[in-house]
Amino acid sequence: MLSDRQVDEIVGALLRYGVMLSATVVAAGGIWYLIQYGTTPPGYHIFRGEPEYLRHLRGIVSGIPGFHCRRMMQLGLVLLIATPVARVAFSVVAFMLQRDRTYVVITLIVLGVLLFSLTGIH
Amino acid sequence: MNILELTALVGLVSVAAGFLGALTGLGGGVVITPAMVLLLGIDLHYAMGAALISVIATSSGAAAAYVREGFSNIRIGMFLEIATTIGAVCGAFAAAKISPSILGVLFGAVLLHAAWISSRARPAPRPGETDDPLAARLRLNGSFPTPEGFRSYKVSHVKTGFGLMFVAGAVSGLLGIGSGALKVVAMDRAMRIPFKVSTTTSNFMIGVTAAASAGIYLNRGYIDPGLTMPVVLGVLAGSVLGARLLPGAPTMTLRRIFGLVVFVLAVEMIYSAVTGKL
Repeated sequence: MLSDRQVDEIVGALLRYGVMLSATVVAAGGIWYLIQYGTTPPGYHIFRGEPEYLRHLRGIVSGIPGFHCRRMMQLGLVLLIATPVARVAFSVVAFMLQRDRTYVVITLIVLGVLLFSLTGIH
Repeated sequence: MNILELTALVGLVSVAAGFLGALTGLGGGVVITPAMVLLLGIDLHYAMGAALISVIATSSGAAAAYVREGFSNIRIGMFLEIATTIGAVCGAFAAAKISPSILGVLFGAVLLHAAWISSRARPAPRPGETDDPLAARLRLNGSFPTPEGFRSYKVSHVKTGFGLMFVAGAVSGLLGIGSGALKVVAMDRAMRIPFKVSTTTSNFMIGVTAAASAGIYLNRGYIDPGLTMPVVLGVLAGSVLGARLLPGAPTMTLRRIFGLVVFVLAVEMIYSAVTGKL
């Protein structure tokens, strides 16, 4: 049985390490990106939208073996988006262990909305 | 200007925003988008995408500290997140359908609200008032640590707060911001939750709300890794620095300065939107 206090401690650690991990991945990809493209002109004045491979998890993850800098930064950003989602998923388990049925349902609804946004049909 | 120079400029703006955001407790996310659009000529959608991701970083980073202090109420947060996440998904879908000039005017209005909030002093705590039976059923009532021991509080107007949270979520998804100021209004004014509990719980909720629209932003191609990288790292560095200096900082003066900056950005944003420059 987990106390509210213990849940808070675990949630705090989860958030901290999630942010640290994603910042490290983003920074590593970022250094590589600046070395490769630092002297080229940027093109952010007009919105064209990102290429298809940077819009979906499959395209982003497929760049890992090749150490593709833009995909690596995007992977770090996806890890950052995943951090609060993991926090909500952990809360489902925590409320289950506390046998708080109302909050298991409430938390599952929130998790459902998040997963819909991340994987749903757009 | 090449990518290296732009990255350095965006990084500097983000460090400043994160620093002021942490010192004033208002979150720096709301100033990053107008700063990038107005000062650096970056397209509104790219700026919104980058700012939204930075909001997740600062919220998660700060929440990690707050939850351990025992101020934030996880049940209030989780219950209201139903409203904010659904609102955020609706807002993010709508963002693609609304023209940049209307988004710009809305953004200006939200900035004006933030400027107004930041120029006022923190409201004095009120005694617990009307008791909402729904709050008891949902176990929202809680307690928080004070120098004299734990003080308990009761939550009022649960339905009104829930409705306002939907609006806060929709604004967050529509403009790519955390809308922390709106969340605090819902909890502090409508639900009569103590100020410290409202602000910390709001911070805790911002990351989840932003994550709900981030998936849609990513899919729409709003999130450019090269542009978001300096924003996320800069805001994180700035907010860590700000949190270190927080004890002893002249908070009220800083809030006024921040309020003034936000006010100028609001006017500029509305002007650019109305004259069709966005």
